[in-house]
Amino acid sequence: MDKMTTILQPDDATFPGMSEPVKPRTARPVRGLSDRTIAWLFVAPTIALLLAINIFPLVWMIRLSFTSLNLSMSYLPLRFVGLDNFTDILTDEDVWFRLQTTAQFVIWSVAFQVVIGFGLALLINRQFRGHSFWTTIILLPMMLSPAVVGNFWTLLLQPQIGPFNYLISLFTGVPPSSFSMTGQVSLAPWTIVLVDTWMWAPYVMLICLAGLRSIPDYIYEAAEVDRASAWRQFWSITLPMTVPFLMLAVLFRAIENFKMFDMVNLLTSGGPGSTTELVSITLKRAAFEKWRTGYSSALAIILFVTVFGAANIYVKALNKVKQR
Amino acid sequence: MTAVLTKSSAHSIVEASPRAKMVAGSLVILYAVITILPLVWIVATAFKSQSDAIAYPPKVFFEPTLEGYVNLFTVRTRQTPDFIAKLPPPETWYDKLVRQRDMVIAGPSKVVPRFVNSLIIGFGSTFLAVFLGTLAAYAFSRFRIPLADDLLFFILSTRMMPPVAVAIPIYLMYRQLNLTDTRLGMILLYTAVNVSLAVWLLKGFIDEIPREYEEAALVDGYTRLQALRKVVLPQAVTGIAATAIFCLIFSWNEYAFAVLLTSGEAQTMPPFIPFIIGEGGQDWPAVAAATTLFVVPIVLFTVLLRKHLLRGITFGAVRK
Repeated sequence: MDKMTTILQPDDATFPGMSEPVKPRTARPVRGLSDRTIAWLFVAPTIALLLAINIFPLVWMIRLSFTSLNLSMSYLPLRFVGLDNFTDILTDEDVWFRLQTTAQFVIWSVAFQVVIGFGLALLINRQFRGHSFWTTIILLPMMLSPAVVGNFWTLLLQPQIGPFNYLISLFTGVPPSSFSMTGQVSLAPWTIVLVDTWMWAPYVMLICLAGLRSIPDYIYEAAEVDRASAWRQFWSITLPMTVPFLMLAVLFRAIENFKMFDMVNLLTSGGPGSTTELVSITLKRAAFEKWRTGYSSALAIILFVTVFGAANIYVKALNKVKQR
Repeated sequence: MTAVLTKSSAHSIVEASPRAKMVAGSLVILYAVITILPLVWIVATAFKSQSDAIAYPPKVFFEPTLEGYVNLFTVRTRQTPDFIAKLPPPETWYDKLVRQRDMVIAGPSKVVPRFVNSLIIGFGSTFLAVFLGTLAAYAFSRFRIPLADDLLFFILSTRMMPPVAVAIPIYLMYRQLNLTDTRLGMILLYTAVNVSLAVWLLKGFIDEIPREYEEAALVDGYTRLQALRKVVLPQAVTGIAATAIFCLIFSWNEYAFAVLLTSGEAQTMPPFIPFIIGEGGQDWPAVAAATTLFVVPIVLFTVLLRKHLLRGITFGAVRK
């Protein structure tokens, strides 16, 4: 298993997540407590809590994924069905379609967020007057509850009364009630991308800004001396030196978007039809509406393995970039 | 602030020209204004009357009213004008406001208990997560722990699970333990989610406190725990505060677990707000009022957290 922590190793000052191995020092023991005991006592409660609330349920879920449990018919005896749930899911065209929908959503949102976020970071990095005030304003959407965001965008996007359609019609002349951002098959997926980008582009911006600030000035000064053009400086200095940060942003956003549930659930709840039904929505429907617990456990495991696997592959790539 | 700016601002050779700065500034301000408009619209909607809120074309100028807030906090029943005329004169301004719409106040709405739930669950889980997180982070930062990297990765990986997926077995487990729809259950759950962030963030903060301080204290005869309490914690206080606010914001904003695992008693604000229904469907001014009240603390925290924001959202992997 490749470790995510490796990307955070401090080969430069920007990744201080981990420090060098600690040189053990012995302190005077407290009432017979050695450092080793203290270390153990301090770490144990956290590990215990995570085992109880994450690992135990996960193991339980693995067990359930081999059963046909349906919570709305839980009087039926627990029947083990082997890999049936998994084969059902993996041969179900609908599920593949949902995965595709999710992948498209992830790709488009992350792409927009990276372009806008990076662009904004480049602009803010010019340190115009009042930039820190405006940066704070831009950061606000990211701090809000996705549920609340989904909810209030529903109001903004109402075809009859919402300001969004009104503005569009002012500029294009299209009658505002003739299109519905959340109710129309052709528009709903883009609406999700739009709102997600509105919310999370600031996140990418913040990470890029950290990347830009980590480039030492003397490199640019040397480039100036060599009379490198602004473009040349961007392509040979700014971009390559921000790439690890960009990749980190992509990693975090892709994981988050892959499991996105809250905002979509409120904005379109997967509709119209199933145009915006991301895997997490399918999972919620199977688990908490159809109560197909065995089936949904299997789906949850497939999801988790996907996120985990993709993240690990990506982290490997990220390490390569960082080692260059 | 100025000191920070001068320190981080570029050397004269690479300093952007005034014109470049102006262009950059205008573009950023334009983006900021567009990005903040939806939020401004919601805050304004909270002060509209029902009919102004659903007027077409959308009203930018309107007569502000507190109806939205009154509707948020009360349950009202519709009565005939005759009935209302026979009532004793209204005692409060909100009584008066409601009666103008041919309604009387029947009682308080559920918003206060939901808000209280958000506060209790938010602060409860934050306290626990920061407490456990500080201990663990200190241990990871200062002691040689076998398999420390693996443990840290394990702690981080619990965050990768989609909430909807973990919600299934947690739902079953909580049903067995009678923790479904209880504040305690939600506090434990949010603590578990927050503790991973807390450990990672706090470890970063504690790593930055020079080890020498403690060593000096140990040489002076302090025990390990005394050194922790008297030397490390005071140094780490800003980091602890920032971590606490991040945990609080997470619990405050969380929706997936809340909507799947609570239905009444322990329900928090996020699953509650979208279902504030008025007479003719969704009561938008009341929803907007709830959103505004809900969002105000977050806005304040964002301003407070500016400096730590990057660390908090990247698990401390990137520092500004």
